[in-house]
Amino acid sequence: MTHISVTVDGTAYEDEVEPRLLLVHYLRDRLGLTGTPIGCDTSNCGACTVELDGVSVKSCTVLAVQADGSEVTTVQGLAPDGEWTPLQRAFHERHALQCGYCTPGMLMAARDLLRENPHPSPEEVRRALEGNLCRCTGYQNIVRAVLSAAEESDGSGATGERSAASAQEVTA
Amino acid sequence: MIPPAFDYVRPAGVEEAVRALADAGEDAKVLAGGQSLLPLLRLRLAFPELVVDVGRIPELRGVREDGDTLVIGALTTHHDVVHDPLVRRHAGLLAQATEAVADPAVRHRGTLGGSLAHADPAGDLPAVALALDAELVAQGPGGRRAIPAREFFTDYLQTTLAPDELLVEIRVPKRDGWGFRYEKFARVAQSWAMVGVAALVRRDDGHIAEARVGLTNMGATPLRATAAEEALAGAGDAGAVARAAESAAEGTRPSRDASASPEYRAHLARVLTKRAVLAAAGMG
Ligand SMILES: Cc1cc2nc3c(=O)[nH]c(=O)nc-3n(C[C@H](O)[C@H](O)[C@H](O)COP(=O)(O)OP(=O)(O)OC[C@H]3O[C@@H](n4cnc5c(N)ncnc54)[C@H](O)[C@@H]3O)c2cc1C
Ligand code: FES
Ligand code: FES
Repeated sequence: MTHISVTVDGTAYEDEVEPRLLLVHYLRDRLGLTGTPIGCDTSNCGACTVELDGVSVKSCTVLAVQADGSEVTTVQGLAPDGEWTPLQRAFHERHALQCGYCTPGMLMAARDLLRENPHPSPEEVRRALEGNLCRCTGYQNIVRAVLSAAEESDGSGATGERSAASAQEVTA
Repeated sequence: MIPPAFDYVRPAGVEEAVRALADAGEDAKVLAGGQSLLPLLRLRLAFPELVVDVGRIPELRGVREDGDTLVIGALTTHHDVVHDPLVRRHAGLLAQATEAVADPAVRHRGTLGGSLAHADPAGDLPAVALALDAELVAQGPGGRRAIPAREFFTDYLQTTLAPDELLVEIRVPKRDGWGFRYEKFARVAQSWAMVGVAALVRRDDGHIAEARVGLTNMGATPLRATAAEEALAGAGDAGAVARAAESAAEGTRPSRDASASPEYRAHLARVLTKRAVLAAAGMG
């Protein structure tokens, strides 16, 4: 057993874990944070994406011991006061999900993109979500949602000219 | 799946890591970014008794200059390589190819050293290291040694690294003024290269003075397209480049898998070499 201290969604935890325990299993089975799903066995699907010290990682491809001393944010930490972030609202408003299985990972990956690149083009959004698979939506509305969240955080509003222009680009 | 049980140590420095590896013998595995090792463990394709996590050794991370050479710490992540101003200025080919690796989350964890030590012939960076004539520096119980990239890769997933050696840095000769292009052909987004071509071109007076071409996934190891490189010397227009690229698959032994036959891979190598060299030479 190895001792770890890790902060998850603002709460500090101290635990003894087996070195082979995956971060995603630690989150789900030990901490009960089942908002982060597991979608594959090959590190491909991205459903398990969380933030580790401020950057997106696939939590099925990180050991819990590797997160020792780190800060983890899961989808459950995005709206601590119950008030959705612009990104979450945009996913809702733009119908960016059907079954919702990919959504936690999509939100975390999109958050990562918008932090590095607050004004992405539709092509940049697609590239940034390359590691996140969705079996339902066909991605169009996910891309629209990320673009509209970018505009909203921008203060330029979700219905201005830019929004119309980028919606056109997406469908083109 | 759940990985098999193993012991775990997280050494604070290189010497401590090498000692841990030497004490454990064949049954230890280095853990860098874990983006290749953890999938293998999860699928129970590897059973190390000891995992030596070198991910927190600060001196293994980062990029510095040493005269005409860039020195890249083995633990520098793909993400940091892509964004590093020195890499972008002096080894643009490496930055461009690294951007084609996997996806952003994998690039946040995966490392340059891990990609080279893993030696997957479908990995994008081994062929780039060959084209750049990089040198890989390993540290073992007896000290350091520098291994030219062309001697480093010995077989499928095999390198000259001994079990108690740690890859510590990658030395890349600066290629200022050379044109470059990494062409990756993949079936879908985020997937491994069916074939990849890394081209570096030095032009002189409108002609190609020298070309270096590395091939991804054209055999059990990354390869140089030596016949094409020779034929490219002196090429002055797109037609000459296209003719030279016809020999890109010479001497290669590409594999067959669900997505491509050896013949198709040879075809891809020729087409991608033409595209990569034309782009690198600014003739495209
Ligand atoms: C979904 C997915 C898609 C991917 N797609 C691509 C792709 O398109 N192209 C591509 O090139 N790669 C791809 N990769 C692999 C990725 O680039 C990995 O980051 C890389 O192969 C290994 O780097 P790592 O630091 O994660 O190494 P680890 O997984 O930690 O280690 C890999 C191997 O190298 C050894 N090792 C690592 N570091 C050292 C060292 N310093 N000294 C000695 N031995 C060492 C380990 O013992 C292990 O055997 C993909 C990975 C995933 C999960
Ligand atoms: S569960 Fe982590 S990538 Fe699929
Ligand atoms: S909404 Fe069902 S997988 Fe994306």
